[in-house]
Amino acid sequence: MSTDTFPRLEVRGLATSFATDGGRIQSVADVSFAIRAGETLALVGESGSGKSVTSLSLMGLHAKTSQAQVGGEAWFVRRDGVRVNLLALPEAQRRALRGNEIAMIFQEPMTSLNPVLTVGEQIAESVRLHQGLDRTAAKAHAQRMLELVEIPAARQRVDEYPHQLSGGMRQRVMIALAMACQPTLLIADEPTTALDVTIQAQILALMGRLQKETGMSLLFVTHNLGVVAQYADSVAVMYAGRIVESAPVHGLFAAPSHPYTRGLLACLPGVARQRSRQQGESGTQGGRRPLLAAIPGQVASPLAPPPGCAFAPRCALRTDDCDAAMPPLSGEGARRVRCLHAEEAVAA
Amino acid sequence: MKPWQAVLLRLFSRKVVLASAVLLTLVVAIATVFPWVSDADPGAISISERLQAPSATHWAGTDELGRDVMLRIVHGARYSLLIGGLTAAGAVLLGTLMGMLAGFFRRLDAPLMRLVDAMMSFPDILLGIALVSILGASLWNVMLALVIVYTPRVARVVRASTLVLRELLFVDAARALGVRTHLILWRHVLPNLVSPVLVQLTFIFAYAILAEAGLSFLGVGVPPDIPTWGTMIAGSLESSDKAFWTILYPGLAIVFTALSLQMLGDGVRDLLDPKLKKAS
Amino acid sequence: MTFMLKRLGGAVLVLALVAILVFALTRLASGDPVALLLGDQATAADIEAARTQYGLDKPLPTQFALWVGELMQGNLGQSLFLQLPVSQALLERAEPTLMLAVLAVGIAALIGVPCGMAAAIWRGSAGDQALSSVAMLGASVPSFWLGLILIQLFAVKLGWFPASGYGDPDSPLSERVQHLVLPALVLGLLNSALIIRFTRASMLDILGEDYVRTARAKGLPEHTVMVKHVLRNALVPIVTVLGLTLALMIGGTVVTETVFNLPGVGNLVVRAVLRRDYPVIQGTLLVIAAVYVFINLAIDLLYTVVDPRIRLEAK
Repeated sequence: MSTDTFPRLEVRGLATSFATDGGRIQSVADVSFAIRAGETLALVGESGSGKSVTSLSLMGLHAKTSQAQVGGEAWFVRRDGVRVNLLALPEAQRRALRGNEIAMIFQEPMTSLNPVLTVGEQIAESVRLHQGLDRTAAKAHAQRMLELVEIPAARQRVDEYPHQLSGGMRQRVMIALAMACQPTLLIADEPTTALDVTIQAQILALMGRLQKETGMSLLFVTHNLGVVAQYADSVAVMYAGRIVESAPVHGLFAAPSHPYTRGLLACLPGVARQRSRQQGESGTQGGRRPLLAAIPGQVASPLAPPPGCAFAPRCALRTDDCDAAMPPLSGEGARRVRCLHAEEAVAA
Repeated sequence: MKPWQAVLLRLFSRKVVLASAVLLTLVVAIATVFPWVSDADPGAISISERLQAPSATHWAGTDELGRDVMLRIVHGARYSLLIGGLTAAGAVLLGTLMGMLAGFFRRLDAPLMRLVDAMMSFPDILLGIALVSILGASLWNVMLALVIVYTPRVARVVRASTLVLRELLFVDAARALGVRTHLILWRHVLPNLVSPVLVQLTFIFAYAILAEAGLSFLGVGVPPDIPTWGTMIAGSLESSDKAFWTILYPGLAIVFTALSLQMLGDGVRDLLDPKLKKAS
Repeated sequence: MTFMLKRLGGAVLVLALVAILVFALTRLASGDPVALLLGDQATAADIEAARTQYGLDKPLPTQFALWVGELMQGNLGQSLFLQLPVSQALLERAEPTLMLAVLAVGIAALIGVPCGMAAAIWRGSAGDQALSSVAMLGASVPSFWLGLILIQLFAVKLGWFPASGYGDPDSPLSERVQHLVLPALVLGLLNSALIIRFTRASMLDILGEDYVRTARAKGLPEHTVMVKHVLRNALVPIVTVLGLTLALMIGGTVVTETVFNLPGVGNLVVRAVLRRDYPVIQGTLLVIAAVYVFINLAIDLLYTVVDPRIRLEAK
């Protein structure tokens, strides 16, 4: 691994807060990670863990009415080689990167496309803006993009409207839209959550293929561990707005350090089956159906966070010093963990 | 803090809403209390003092019969507010009933809404004119006519809300428990209609005051001997060229009151908006 | 196709109801037009004869049936007082009212749509609150009062515009339009209040949609997002409201017509009501409602053209 080239994206201490009726909420804090060229980082967590907020903060797409305050640094290497801090860029420069070098696809393909414009036009306008193509060339490019994402009959589809396409097709259009200007970084915020399982697999395979072909980096936000195992190079687990563990994918699944990560993995039905099979072999309860493990308790409200570690109220390894203060991110290299009892978790 | 106290606190957190509520209360208070407190006769005719410009003695001047305009405005407030309030109350009552029935009982929906459509295909004022001509021109008849004019509006809004509420889980749950329909309507649907209905109430109050003024101006409204703000303007038309204040101030009273009512309604609607959004 | 047929069927049903309502409203009014028509000198016998002549002695349901029969043939009846067919009376009065309505809606749109857009874009700011307050002010002003003020200011004091009337019927349109400036201003200003509120609401609705976020994620400049993505979607309901406002102005302008003494449709109706000129009242009210219903229908048709989703469903 070359250490003298910068990662394509390096995030340091990203923190985002919003104004709400109940006061200012710190949605995300102390988030740091890095993605190298061609790499896929999976950002994993349950609903409300702050993973979507993280991606929107990087893109600068928070609604003005939410009065978002974003702190920290996000160092991005542009195509021209210049390394810029996204969060400190003036809006005009940021807009030049959006849809061009950094693209994003969203969770809801059904509502993410403008209903009164054709699919082709929505792709073409991005290309006209960033690459200066004229209308004819842009439309031709749009058609090529539709073919690239394996939409059949692309020539007809280019003039069709979003509602004439199925959910899976619309997500392919979103991918085509995102890829139209050959971005070097793609942020995918739960792109397959709203789709059927069979379509999910197709879309993921498509994204994997495109990534290999173009060498772009991918920040993949998801709550689906199965997808993570198959497609990610490294993983960052988020809980209550902070990263609690990050590691290369194999390492994370083989030996999770944080109690939350362990809990998540234990919840997988496959793991439960495996456990019951082991128990069955050792001759205890044979023939009984495996029980799914669950992490007890609930995520605390962001308006009333626990004094120390956010996971402590639900953790089996909790001690008093866990409640004293938020544990720092410890560890070296690619493996980091935010837990005072990380070694015990590994050993257990 | 009790829930209703929290609600009021949120409602009045916007200064504009608070200001309009205060001013409205002031207007209502003055209108009600004044005739008891002062024995000044608003109808006192004094030809020698006719058409005097506003001064220290006559704050809004005098009209063509020498009556003090300000005094008449205060006196007229009772009638205009009465018309506005009772019309709004009546339209809201009838409209809510109609809308609830249409929204809840599928078979009643189409006929009731066709009736509403038919009634709303006329401009309000024309319908008002036609109705007053049937009923005859009197204070109560004008109110009745305006109630009929504004009921369809309320019915539409209530029906829309009822349709949404009907699909919500707790209505199904109540039905599954065997609760009788009229109880469902009374206990579950109606309380949730309070929000949109309240908003309509304030706006119809304002519209009714404006409509009455228009009808009286045309001569098909309240009989001219009843001093509503509308009849005041109608009566002073002839002398308006020379004495514009006879028209200006009663008009300002209308604008003032209608504006305060709408601000209040807007504040109520903003307050209840998130709830409405959740319901939809 | 079935979609359009269903809408047409609904419209016909509503019109049928309107016809019944109109007839009922007209005939329920007490007072005898014939007595009024013939004047004080008429004897009871004269009145009876006149009633038979106008067909007013027949039972009401029969009169209704006869009237509907005439309607089917396109005949709106004959005015009792004007010695004119109702349709002709309407046509003569149509011009000032239509022109006034179009001018007023134009002014309302020109003021209302940009202000509503601005209010939505600056949501929550002082500008938004100011615009919303102005909109509310517009909805609180009696039209005749504003009309009188404008007359006093611009016609009497400044002499820029004529104070009333519609001018010589033979004069060119450009001159007659002068008479419409002040009344159009009154109606335009007052209706812009509604348009501001509606535009703002419609824009806010669209601004919250996911595809606006997608547009921004593409790096599009804000003005492109606002116009090409937001406004285009927000415009549809706005145009609807403008169309319906126009429809309601036919006859809804009665107060303004009275203030400015314009020989329009509203004026016609009021006079007819006061005199119990049944055919005119019935015919005019029916036409006014029919115009509203058909503009409604036309707007739905327009939707199929503008909104691709409906277009393809309708097919």
